[in-house]
Parts: sequence; structure tokens; C-alpha cells
Amino acid sequence: MTDIAIDIQKMTKLYGSFVALRDVSLSIMDNEFFTLLGPSGCGKTTLLRTIAGFEDITKGAIRLYGEDIADLPPNKRPINTVFQQYALFPHMNVTDNVKFGLLRLGQDNATANARVGEVLELVQLTSFADRLPAQLSGGQQQRVALARALAPNPKVLLLDEPLSALDLKLRQAVRLELQQIQHETGITFIFVTHDQEEALTMSDRIAVIADGQLQQVGTAREIYEAPSNKFVAGFIGETNLIDVTVTDVSKGQATCTLPNGVAFNCPASDGARTGVGHLSVRPERVTMTSPAKGLLQGTASRQVYLGTDMHVEVTLDDQEVVTVRVQSSENNHVPAIGEVVGLNFEAGAARLLAD
Amino acid sequence: MAKKLDIRHFPGFLPITYLCLFLLYAPLIIVMIYSFNDSNSITNWGGLSLRWYEDVFWGIESQKFKKAALNSLLIAVAAAISSTSIATMAATAMLRAGKFRGKSIGFALINLPLMVPEIVTAVALLVFFSMIGFTTGYMTILVAHIVFCIPFAYLPIAARMQSIEEVYEQAALDLYATRFQAFRLILLPLMTPGIISGFLLAFIISLDDFIITNFVKGAGIETLPTAIFGAVKQGIKPNIMAISTLLLLVSVVFVTLSYLVGRMGQNKK
Repeated sequence: MTDIAIDIQKMTKLYGSFVALRDVSLSIMDNEFFTLLGPSGCGKTTLLRTIAGFEDITKGAIRLYGEDIADLPPNKRPINTVFQQYALFPHMNVTDNVKFGLLRLGQDNATANARVGEVLELVQLTSFADRLPAQLSGGQQQRVALARALAPNPKVLLLDEPLSALDLKLRQAVRLELQQIQHETGITFIFVTHDQEEALTMSDRIAVIADGQLQQVGTAREIYEAPSNKFVAGFIGETNLIDVTVTDVSKGQATCTLPNGVAFNCPASDGARTGVGHLSVRPERVTMTSPAKGLLQGTASRQVYLGTDMHVEVTLDDQEVVTVRVQSSENNHVPAIGEVVGLNFEAGAARLLAD
Repeated sequence: MAKKLDIRHFPGFLPITYLCLFLLYAPLIIVMIYSFNDSNSITNWGGLSLRWYEDVFWGIESQKFKKAALNSLLIAVAAAISSTSIATMAATAMLRAGKFRGKSIGFALINLPLMVPEIVTAVALLVFFSMIGFTTGYMTILVAHIVFCIPFAYLPIAARMQSIEEVYEQAALDLYATRFQAFRLILLPLMTPGIISGFLLAFIISLDDFIITNFVKGAGIETLPTAIFGAVKQGIKPNIMAISTLLLLVSVVFVTLSYLVGRMGQNKK
């Protein structure tokens, strides 16, 4: 018995000469809420479809609890999918939609009906059992799709951007619901999204994908606070990238020279090298002080009001712009445009990135 | 002045439209009106009457026409069922089997009969049947009808299938259905309006066909169109107008039904 639900080894997927996935290795744990995050066209949906069995893989291996499933058709994999557009069968009512998988697995009608009742209760749709999909709202359709995929009690549930068709308010409510359902059922969820906020709030772990390659795998905190490269740092949240000259990297620590010549020590990502590099510092980790006390000096060039916060853009001497997030509060001094300020950040707040 | 500036206004198109409509429909309307003529002449109006309809159903020639109508009906039903089944399978292969060798040729071959002049098909079939020693009769008419009805049945069926996203079948496969179950339980029910529409269209095409039927029918076997033609050769009698009007009515009803069924469920998503 292994704790790894889905084990992907060096998977490559080609469409003709186009590389959709390159050398992806990934282990998704039992009972985990795992998110595949990336911009559209990055390969995250392709990865999901290879797990579901809708796409064959060109190279590599894919195992479900240790069993090689690469050559199994989708109907032989104990994995169910919540499709992006739900794909509810339009000619069947809610009950028949949810029952479909159970009957195909050979359950008798009474057993299947009992299970349908259970999952409809789980998604709070009991009173809609006789409706056709066309008679349901988007949110209700989404829950039917979830119920239909959960009913056969799959070992792994795949969710392909299931919230993208819902409006913002509903999306936030469904997020919590999904998390709760995952918790109650104990089924491994693999969730695909391009929405970083969705990924950060729901997932146990996140895999960031770009250009068909895995960029980083880790918890929300790890990915946000210790991004491994420029792409991850920029895609998850906002960040400042400061050009530095790296003089030494060893044991995860880097010594570099800031644009104004000041030496600085900070943690470094795996793969960071000496030479020209980028330092990532989140806007909320930068503080403003008097020019003399600052690590860096610059001129306030722009203010952007965001409600709870304010962004102050500070232009350094070499024309790089650093954004500082200031909480909107009467006590916080916001520099006027043109004012010269000093910028500070702790070593732990900065990170030298691999390119 | 506003009309002159309106780009949706096309001066001079209205008379052309009227001319076209007149040429298309005036003869039909005249035939329909004169089918209710009380006179023995086909050109002189002698008052309103249903005598020629009576003649069609109970007159001297009624036995001949009834037999021909029954032949037409049986052949049309058999040809429509066969061609619709074949067209459904063809559409499934063309639209659901991904890319395969010869797909575009297949598409051309399915639709080519729509472009081949009917007389050419008729001659070719006659030559073909006599070459393989197939005696002309019911079977030759039926085989010919099945063949030329396929593209007509194919069009609405393929149009319908194209509007059904593949994700429904994928969802079925994902929920442990075999490929055949996904076809039978999901794709087929969703395609039903297209299939019915294709069936009705094939039925009416077969029912109305004259040229090919006339070539491949055996001696002594008549369908309604060939029987009408045979009767006309001996001089047009007003009962022909009554039969034509009835045939026109059946055609209009079926084509309308085909259209309505094809549209059904189209905006239900």
C-alpha cells in the first residue's frame, strides 16, 4: 500500500511536433487537494486529460496507487471528471445524470437510487432531482456535475476549471463547499485552474505549470514565499524583480550587489547562479523610510489607490520601478510624488530566483 | 431621401422577386385550382367540383394509381429506413472517428450524388444492373433509391451531430460507459431530431423520384410518378391534376415536418 494516489514519471505528450507536456514528474498524495495552476495553453488541461484517459501519453508512465494505467481507456479508470462546461446529459434529468455511472458499474437500481440520494444531499440538490439540466442555474448545474462525478466514489476526482463559468460571489461560496466536500469524502481531488487566488485558497499543494513544464510544486505558502523562478514569482501574486549582480551562491544563500552597489545576503532558489540575477521581493514586504536609512533609494513616482491598500511606485536611480504596498491608514505616511525615499526589506523577504 | 441612403435598400429588386415567384408558383397554383374543375377540359373552367378527386379514388384508372401509390409508399419507406441507417453510420464515422485516411474523399463521395446529373446516375445504374445480370423490378428500384437517398439523409444527420459537442460522449466514457453505450445512450438520443429529419427527407425524395425509377423499374411495375408520366403520355386528363395536387400536399407536409423536427431541440442547450 502506498500513499501516492497518482504517480507521473517523466511524462511527455506531443501533438505532432508540438510539445504539450515535457518530462513531467509528479506525485499526488492520497486524500490531497492538489491544484494544477498555469496560464491558458500551458498544458495543465492536457495533463488532466492524460490522467482521465482522454489523451494517450507519448513517453513516460502514469500510475494510480501503484498500478500502471497508461493503457487503460477512460471507462476502465476509477477516476471521474467534473468537466469545465459540466457536460450534463441534456436529455436526462438530474437523477438519471447522477445515476449514469452507477448503472454502468453494474449497480442495481435500488442501490444506485440510494447512492444518488446520498450525493444529491451532499451537494444540496435533493429537491431538484427531477429537473432537466436546462432548467437549472449555472451553479446548480455545476453541483450536479460534481454529484455525478462523486457518485461512483472514484479514487481520484478531476476538476477542470469547474468554477470558471460562475460569477464571483458564487465562485467564492463554491470554493469553500468544494474544500468541505473533499474533506468529507476523503477523495483525492486534482483541480485545474488559471486563477491563482483559487489555487492559493483551496489547495493542499499546488503545481505551477508553464510551457508544458512543471515550474514548481509546493504548498501555497512555499510557492508564494519561496518561488523557484521568475515565472512562478510573477504568476503567483505580485512581485518586484530587482536586477542584481550575484557574486556567490552556496547552500541556498546568495551574496549579491544591489543596483546602488550595496552588498546583500538573502536566500536563493535552487538553480540560481552567479552573474546577473533577479531578486524577488513582494510589495507588502518592502517598507519606506528616510533615504539615509534605506537599503535602496528612489523617488516616489506614482500612487495607486486600491481600497484597503495603496501601491506606491518608487523609481530607483537606474529607472527600475519598485512597488510598495502601504495599508490605507491615517498613521501611514504616504510620500508625495517626487519625494525621495529609502526602501528597506529584510533578507528573509527577498529571494534570488533561478531564471 | 432616407431610403436612398439606406444601404439595406436595393432598388429594382422587388419586380425581379415578383417575376421569380410568379414563374415558380403560378403553374403550381393553376394545377391546384384546375384540379377542382368540373369540366372535362383541362383549360376551360366549368365550375367548382371534386369529381376528379372522386375519379382518382374510384374511377376507371383508380386501381392502376392505387397500386402505383402503394409501390411508391413501400419503396419510399424501405429506402428511407435503409439510407437513414447508412447515413447515420457514415456521419458517425465522418464526425466522430477523428482524422483518418481518405476522410475528405469519403466526404466528397457521400455528397457527390447530389451533383451528378440524375440522368447520368439513371443510365449508369441501368447499365450496371444489366451487366451484373440483375433483373429489373422492385429490388432494382429499391437499391437505386437507397443509394441516391443517402446524401439527403446524411445532410440533416451530420448537421445535427456537428452541433453535439464530443464532451458528452467523453463524460459517458468517464462514467464507465463502453463506447457502444456512449453511442446508444448519449449520442443517439441527442441525434434523434436529425435522424427523423433525414428520414423524412429521404422518404420524400424517394417518393417523388421519376428519372432514375423510370430507367431501373421492370416492365409492368409503376411508382406514382412513373404512372402519372404514363398517363400524361396518352393526353392530360384533369385527374392528373388532382393526383399532382395530392402528391404536392404530401411533399409539402413531409418537407415541413423534416424542417421542424430538424430544428427541434436545436435551441435547447
